[in-house]
Amino acid sequence: MSVVIQAQNLDLTFQTNDGPIHALKDVNLEINQGDFVSFIGPSGCGKTTFLRVMADLEQPTGGIVTVNGVSPEEARKARAYGYVFQAAGLYPWRTIGGNIRLPLEIMGISKAEQADRVRRVLELVDLAGFERKFPWQLSGGMQQRASIARALSFDADILLMDEPFGALDEIVRDHLNEQLLKLWARTEKTIAFVTHSIPEAVYLSTKIVVMSPRPGRITDVIESPLPKERPLDIRETPEFLEIAHRVREGLRAGHLDE
Amino acid sequence: MKSVLPVLTVIGAILMFWLAAVVPMNMHLVADQAQRDGLSVTPVTPIERQDVSGVGLALRNAHLIPLTYNFVRPRLPAPQQVAGEMYATVFEKKITSKRSLVYHGWVTLAPTLLGFFIGTGLGILLAVGIVYSRVMDASVMPWAIVSQTIPILALAPMVIVVLGSMGIQGLFPKSLIAAYLSFFPVVVGMVKGLRSPDAMQLDLLRTYHASGAQGFWALRLPASVPYLFASLKIGISASLIGTIVAELPTGAKAGFGARMLVGDQYGQPLVSWAALFAAALTAAALVGLFSMMERVTLRRMGMRTA
Repeated sequence: MSVVIQAQNLDLTFQTNDGPIHALKDVNLEINQGDFVSFIGPSGCGKTTFLRVMADLEQPTGGIVTVNGVSPEEARKARAYGYVFQAAGLYPWRTIGGNIRLPLEIMGISKAEQADRVRRVLELVDLAGFERKFPWQLSGGMQQRASIARALSFDADILLMDEPFGALDEIVRDHLNEQLLKLWARTEKTIAFVTHSIPEAVYLSTKIVVMSPRPGRITDVIESPLPKERPLDIRETPEFLEIAHRVREGLRAGHLDE
Repeated sequence: MKSVLPVLTVIGAILMFWLAAVVPMNMHLVADQAQRDGLSVTPVTPIERQDVSGVGLALRNAHLIPLTYNFVRPRLPAPQQVAGEMYATVFEKKITSKRSLVYHGWVTLAPTLLGFFIGTGLGILLAVGIVYSRVMDASVMPWAIVSQTIPILALAPMVIVVLGSMGIQGLFPKSLIAAYLSFFPVVVGMVKGLRSPDAMQLDLLRTYHASGAQGFWALRLPASVPYLFASLKIGISASLIGTIVAELPTGAKAGFGARMLVGDQYGQPLVSWAALFAAALTAAALVGLFSMMERVTLRRMGMRTA
């Protein structure tokens, strides 16, 4: 399996008015092709910052990050990844179809191809038939699915997701988790997924990265033994609970260090 | 329509206040005239009457009250007098006549619209510059704010006179004042609108490796549309006021401003009041027009209007 994202001795310090904040310290990680990697930890542990470094939205102050073998900046310019934010952030003046077309228009993809891709990704996220609706006509969960479709539309191999379901209720979240796994299986993308929910991280991931704050660092990396096929009730099996326990222990250990 | 009753109540209250004010405002003038016409008035001499309030005079001369509503040169005309004057000068005069309010309205409206378009265009350009250039933000914005602290009543005559001495008269100088008043709300609104996309939306475009121009056309400009309409509604009424002010000080022969001044100088208050109301109605119509355009545009864009 080839390495898609690699971080070596990554360091990032923000200069703020209250003095420097050590957001990431000595972070080393490899993400392989086809991995579903979750980053979990309390707020301030640098999980979102790490994801933003991969996306070239933050600049590290030390160490090396490569995405597809090149720098994050080159990867961004090559449109190597799709990014899903915490909020759907759909443009209210564009229809769902129009929102998904946005990256395609920017990337100069032909009209016919655009229509084709919009139709395809809408089916992937189970929103076929909603192309002409405006965002306010959709529920929060549907809007977030549309934003995932938007990130999928230009067919990047990597999907970076920053707490995409954080603002949704438990039931909707379960449903979207299940759909996301199916989508991952069908598209074979490499996914980096930030969350603060232990069950979500364990349910979704092939690899769970536990992080802790001040300074932000990786305290544990867990390779999940769960099978790729995961019905929702796998969450009550002993294997699942065992991993969840280990994640919780990792999070607690990070806190005891303080 | 639940709103009809409250709206009518407010209009009714204003009318009642107006009708009540007509009597004391005009009472002294009416009493003087009535005495000349041989009617009995108490107190008898004008000097004595000056010491009595309008209300007091009305109470002592109740038989003169009806006359206050039909006085030829009232201090405060009655509503039906203003309405009558407006009807006569709007509908009963040919629109080419110098006594037609429609004619004067167009004389004011043309520079208002021209100035408004100049001001709006300039305002949008300035706003784009301010949003995209730190230097312009630091150098232009303070002057835009300072420009609005200068009383337009002081500035307008200077501009008109200076331009007039250069041989530039008529439409353009008035448009300039109108543009001067309307560009500012557009600048402020558009700067706010163009800056309204949040960090996340800008980051999203960055992940697409979008160019600055793409970001402007796809995100910043559409995001600024609701702000623009709020500014346009302020701008168009400011333009109208600017034009009227520009007509006041220079002996302009036509336009709402000229009518207001003429009525004042030649003792024809009805002319002034009719022009005043016509200007107010024109402003209301223009603002209403932009409200309608705003609703249609935002609905077409798929945005819900508040």
